[in-house]
Amino acid sequence: MPAIKSLEDLKRIREEALEKRKVKTESGVAQVTVAMGTCGIAAGARDTMKAILNYIETHNVSGVVVTQTGCIGMCEREPIVQVIIGEQPKVTYGKVTPDIAERIMKEHVQAGKTVSEFVVPA
Amino acid sequence: MSSETVEREISTIVSKAIEKHGAHRDALIPILGEVNKVLGYIPAAALREVRKRLHHPEDRVFVSESQLYSLASFYSMFSTQPRGRHVVQFCESAPCHVQGGRELIHALQDALELKPGETSADGKWSLMMTSCLGVCAVGPVILIDEDIYGNLTPEQLPMIFAKYD
Amino acid sequence: MAFYRSHVLVCVDPSCISKGAYEVMDAPQDELVAQGLIDEVQVLETSRIGACISGPEIMVYPEAVHYVGLTPEDIPDLVEEHFLKGRVVEKLQLKVKPAVDEELGPPKAKEVRVVLRNCGKIDPENIEDYIAEDGYQALANVLSTMTPDQVIDEVSRSGLRGRGGAGFSTGKKWSLCRAVNDFPKYITCNADEGDPGAFMNRRVLEGDPHSVIEGMIICAYAIGASYGYVYCRAEYPIAVRTLNIAIQQARGLGLLGENILGSGFSFDLEVRQGAGAFVCGEETALIASIEGKRGEPRPRPPFPAVKGLWGKPTNNNNVETFANIPRIIINGANWFASMGTEKSKGTKTFAIAGDVNHSGLIEVPLGITLREVVYDVAGGIKDGKGLKAVQIGGPMGGFLCEQHLDIGVDYESLSGAGAMMGSGGFVVMDDETCMVDMARFFMEFTQDESCGKCTPCRVGTRRVLEILQKICAGQGTPEDLALLEGLCPEIQRNSLCGLGQGATNPVVSSIRWFRQEYEAHIFEKRCPAKVCRALIRYEISDNCTGCTVCARNCPVQVITGERRQLHVIDTEACIRCGICLQVCNFNAVKVIS
Repeated sequence: MPAIKSLEDLKRIREEALEKRKVKTESGVAQVTVAMGTCGIAAGARDTMKAILNYIETHNVSGVVVTQTGCIGMCEREPIVQVIIGEQPKVTYGKVTPDIAERIMKEHVQAGKTVSEFVVPA
Repeated sequence: MSSETVEREISTIVSKAIEKHGAHRDALIPILGEVNKVLGYIPAAALREVRKRLHHPEDRVFVSESQLYSLASFYSMFSTQPRGRHVVQFCESAPCHVQGGRELIHALQDALELKPGETSADGKWSLMMTSCLGVCAVGPVILIDEDIYGNLTPEQLPMIFAKYD
Repeated sequence: MAFYRSHVLVCVDPSCISKGAYEVMDAPQDELVAQGLIDEVQVLETSRIGACISGPEIMVYPEAVHYVGLTPEDIPDLVEEHFLKGRVVEKLQLKVKPAVDEELGPPKAKEVRVVLRNCGKIDPENIEDYIAEDGYQALANVLSTMTPDQVIDEVSRSGLRGRGGAGFSTGKKWSLCRAVNDFPKYITCNADEGDPGAFMNRRVLEGDPHSVIEGMIICAYAIGASYGYVYCRAEYPIAVRTLNIAIQQARGLGLLGENILGSGFSFDLEVRQGAGAFVCGEETALIASIEGKRGEPRPRPPFPAVKGLWGKPTNNNNVETFANIPRIIINGANWFASMGTEKSKGTKTFAIAGDVNHSGLIEVPLGITLREVVYDVAGGIKDGKGLKAVQIGGPMGGFLCEQHLDIGVDYESLSGAGAMMGSGGFVVMDDETCMVDMARFFMEFTQDESCGKCTPCRVGTRRVLEILQKICAGQGTPEDLALLEGLCPEIQRNSLCGLGQGATNPVVSSIRWFRQEYEAHIFEKRCPAKVCRALIRYEISDNCTGCTVCARNCPVQVITGERRQLHVIDTEACIRCGICLQVCNFNAVKVIS
């Protein structure tokens, strides 16, 4: 990205970023976000992230974007994984071990059914 | 290893550290930190080498060994004594203490057969206390090298220790 | 992928089940089949939704309508009204948010997220995400439409006070540095967050590093600084990494460096890692550490604003203080000042740790009561125990107890009660905590972290610790209490920096509110909370069935007894590890003091 030299440049980048987000939601792409703050990592979030990425590779899953974020705030429920599919509301899962992460990928991301016993109510 | 080889090794490590952080006075702490990271501690030979490289009285930059030693001994993340290959740091803060930390520290000492501050005879483990690691909601917490483990119970310790050789 | 237009989540937590949740769950299934909606509406089991006292409850998504107190008879109408006709059934809907059992996490009614607004929402390693949330808009406004004096005025009018603990007016601090005619000027960001139990700064640094960077650039413009340092403790390696990535990205876009946004203003910054010294959270010690020296504080005046790094004017602020700045510029001083109390404006993040149900971070307007924090937000004390004390502000904060629950959490009210805001860490202790042991515990910490420069702190804290250790070991004498009461104010009055000045607060406040515990330890050689090992003994009561489990598990083999006979513990040899208590299935092991 070229340097921002003026207010107009900043505005343009902002609009492009917002547009990119909209495209993600509208296309029905699934967004899987893993909280990778230090508390998440202390609770094992790295293994959870690995499990998700592994699953995508071995099962050749497409249409999924995996991102990370900082500490979400429910520290005692770490590791936390959030799933947004298209325009549906965000579903937050708590205490996600690698096994549960695979279930989430299989049952929620691929088959559309939330794995309710691990959902953290909003 | 001959003492010549050790000296050469220390010289290379110090050079790399100075190259990375700069050859000026306010880079002393990052430089010592780099040496500590690579060797596990800061040997006296390293302090001598740093002084040699950074002391330039002609430019009015004065660095003495005692100054360097005072830095190395002040900051708890630096050690002037050799440490084990793997350093187990146990969070001693209040939130961890009330969430099972009291029991865990005894279990740690039993499992490693070490008291805080000690290194095992085979050079594998060192046990240290550390100040709050900032992950209190998943306490009690330990740090092994750079790996952090939370929600700990004594039962998990053998499995975690087995990961390190 | 099958898409349902609605999800019905039925709480099947034990308390809801005991009130008939399963019957309520079956009823909608039947009704939905009958109405031909079963392919459009999915019924799922879930854990606690939040209103268990009025259970059974269901939550309907995507509208997020919360129905409570349901019986199977309510269901046919509910399905018809809500799913067929699209009308919320108000009489079954939750009216008032319950005072307990609320989740931390997504913001609740009492939370207002300013500093934490982006945490958990954006990818901290992607500057575009930050920009999409109005990131760097404040900086653009400042550089194109405001003079440095106008910026300082806005910050002053907002009422923002230093969030590191001292609570000094941020606007005033900036204006003091601006007024000095000496260059170059520096900015330091205190990210040394050493208070045990505090991790608010860590969360912001890991989750929204650009908010801090933007705040620092704005500050630099206001006071005329050209370079900055973020002094981050080494115990936060991920925060250091995230910050460095953020700085690279900001530089890449020209938001740091020469001629920012074409304004002619230049500023850059770097991260400096600490090396494990709590005292470096004190601003003059922090400055010494950046200069490559031992982290020893020095007397003030001169204040860093006049003579700081390398003798040059330096403005030091906490991570959270900087993170508030972009929002204050965008939303205006009046917006910030509309939250909080008269003298303590805005919001503050707090970290709640200890014996509570929901530990973690919250951000609330200042002035919220302690009761609301402990019971509403943190979900009350774990395992249904009672509250003994809350410590606020880190190891130099005082203890507050039951009678203080209705105090508002703001700078004035807390210091009036002998506590302090500090960085905002709450450690909650239940009724099985020994306050003498806790005072000793905190004193151990501060004694260890004392830099050693001044005698009152270096020697004084050691003597206080020795006395506390004696008392906990059952060797306290009546003179000890008088000695503590005499020594502590002296240490406080004569120490060079905040560490020494605050080190005795836990001791003083625990004697003030829990004097009877000290007296029990000293005069009766008894620990009322049954914690201090030297003052307790383990005994086996008549409940004992002689199952021998305790004897087999005792690490020092001091329990004797035949099968099916009452077992006995050798009190002299017992090491009070508590294992027998844990393994006994018959509640026969008692702790006596």
